[in-house]
Amino acid sequence: MSSLAYDSTAMFGRQLQRIKHAPGVLVLTQTMPITMLLFFGYVFGSALAMPGEQYRAYLVPGLLVATAAGGLMTGMFQAAQDSHRGVMDRLRTLPMSRAAVPAGQSAADLLTTALGMIPLMLVGLAVGWQVENGPLGALGAFGLLMLLRLATTWMGSFLGLLTRSEEAAGQLGSATFILPLLSNAYIPTDKLPGWLRTIAEWNPISAVASAVRDLCGNAAPAPDAAWPVAHPVAGSLAWCAFLLLIFVPLAVRRYANSGR
Amino acid sequence: MVCRMTTTYAVLSEGLEKRFGEVHALRGLDLAVAEGTVCGVLGPNGAGKTTAVRLLTTLLAPDAGSARVAGYDVVREQDAVRRRIGVTGQSTSVDVELTGRQNLQLFAKLHGMRGAAGRERAAELLDQFDLLDAAGRAAGTYSGGMRRRLDLAASLLTRPRVLFLDEPTTGLDPASRNQIWAAVRALTAEGTTVLLTTQYLEEADRLADDIVLIDQGRSAVTGTPAELKARIGSYAHVVVTSEAEMPRAAAVLDQLTGSEPQLDAVERTVGAVSMDATLTLPRIVRALDAARVPILDASLRPPTLDEVFLRLTDTADSRKELVT
Repeated sequence: MSSLAYDSTAMFGRQLQRIKHAPGVLVLTQTMPITMLLFFGYVFGSALAMPGEQYRAYLVPGLLVATAAGGLMTGMFQAAQDSHRGVMDRLRTLPMSRAAVPAGQSAADLLTTALGMIPLMLVGLAVGWQVENGPLGALGAFGLLMLLRLATTWMGSFLGLLTRSEEAAGQLGSATFILPLLSNAYIPTDKLPGWLRTIAEWNPISAVASAVRDLCGNAAPAPDAAWPVAHPVAGSLAWCAFLLLIFVPLAVRRYANSGR
Repeated sequence: MVCRMTTTYAVLSEGLEKRFGEVHALRGLDLAVAEGTVCGVLGPNGAGKTTAVRLLTTLLAPDAGSARVAGYDVVREQDAVRRRIGVTGQSTSVDVELTGRQNLQLFAKLHGMRGAAGRERAAELLDQFDLLDAAGRAAGTYSGGMRRRLDLAASLLTRPRVLFLDEPTTGLDPASRNQIWAAVRALTAEGTTVLLTTQYLEEADRLADDIVLIDQGRSAVTGTPAELKARIGSYAHVVVTSEAEMPRAAAVLDQLTGSEPQLDAVERTVGAVSMDATLTLPRIVRALDAARVPILDASLRPPTLDEVFLRLTDTADSRKELVT
């Protein structure tokens, strides 16, 4: 095994051990979207023009995407936490691959995110969401969700390394909850004023949410929307590739040089 | 610097410089640590000790100068250096969320020790550092001394050729401190070179073969603890019967030692540093007796390293003032 793969596996194991020692955080992050589904779905859903069940079916993919995009917050916080603890110094004096720390972390994060989405999907199916396009479409949707998670985690890692303290990363991270609000994750964008609609539709979250709805057969892409939403699968792939191409090299470089 | 023609150096640095914005942390640090020895890097807070360790352990890149550790350049051959060193920093450098055993096994893996080799080495070190009972607990629950021991154990997984310890006993209770000291001595007995920084002169005196005094980012003075003490001679100290006798006692000591005596009115003591190696206690007593100074006690002793430190950094300061 190459040193990158071996070291990443070690860091992956470390991450799982940490979760095992403090499972509370994980439970909390998984219950949040379910709470939102029930709250938005039944409270807001009864006030919207869209019938309640139809809105809840619309909302589930949005919440899945918002959960995936939460990688931004997780990545940011973890990177800040690690870089402000002495353990990063030790890792940096070891003859290990420089990319292994973020790589192992994001691999562990993908696994926990994937598992954590299951309860949300089950509750979603119970309140009216349906997968109407067969297992292949569902698998494709799941793949896109993981890809978005990966991209946002790396972006978060880089931003977390830029912050000067864990507190700052925590504050900045919590502010990212507005990102899904500025997209089509929770509400359709076609009624928004023009400029706001443009912003919301160029939000990567909108592209992935539309792609998940498309692949699960919940809603066809809106042809009059901005390009990434009108062609959501291609748009999602392009967005994720773009984010990864920028933030993976930046984060790896930052990891290797932090403290210099 | 320490001149030993036939030895090879485990750590050799020349003119190391490092700036952090306006702060000139190192201004040309020269170090030469012979293989198998313990070098104590001594200096006040802000002298540049930690920066020096971070440069030598590849955590920082120098702005100028060069350094070789275990024969490899710390900038151009980082991986080779990293394979041969162990580092224990000032702050805890283990994962507080993992158990002691998980920490050691993780670092063993990252050192490239695969399978059972890493697990066995981890168990061995847990035993050696008296951590077997706590091995299954998260490191965050450890006491300061236990955490430091785990840190040290993590630095020794591969039996490094050069071990860097940045203030290894700062803030520890005496029992934990003694454990760390014993571990360092055991390592040097096996041939490991140790570079340790400390604010405690006692620590350097007890552990180090050579001491490098750094002040304001430069090596101010280098030598063995005995050499450093010899450089400031001995300390003459007398207790007189009353405060009124102190000026006359001071005059006598001034003449004998050639340095300005320090007076303590409360303790009624007069003390002076002597550079004269031939000065003996009988001579002091006879001179005081001849001057009819009534004394209760007199002593002539080697200086403590604290006194060496204050005196030598003082002269380093005044020398600089003369130059500038």
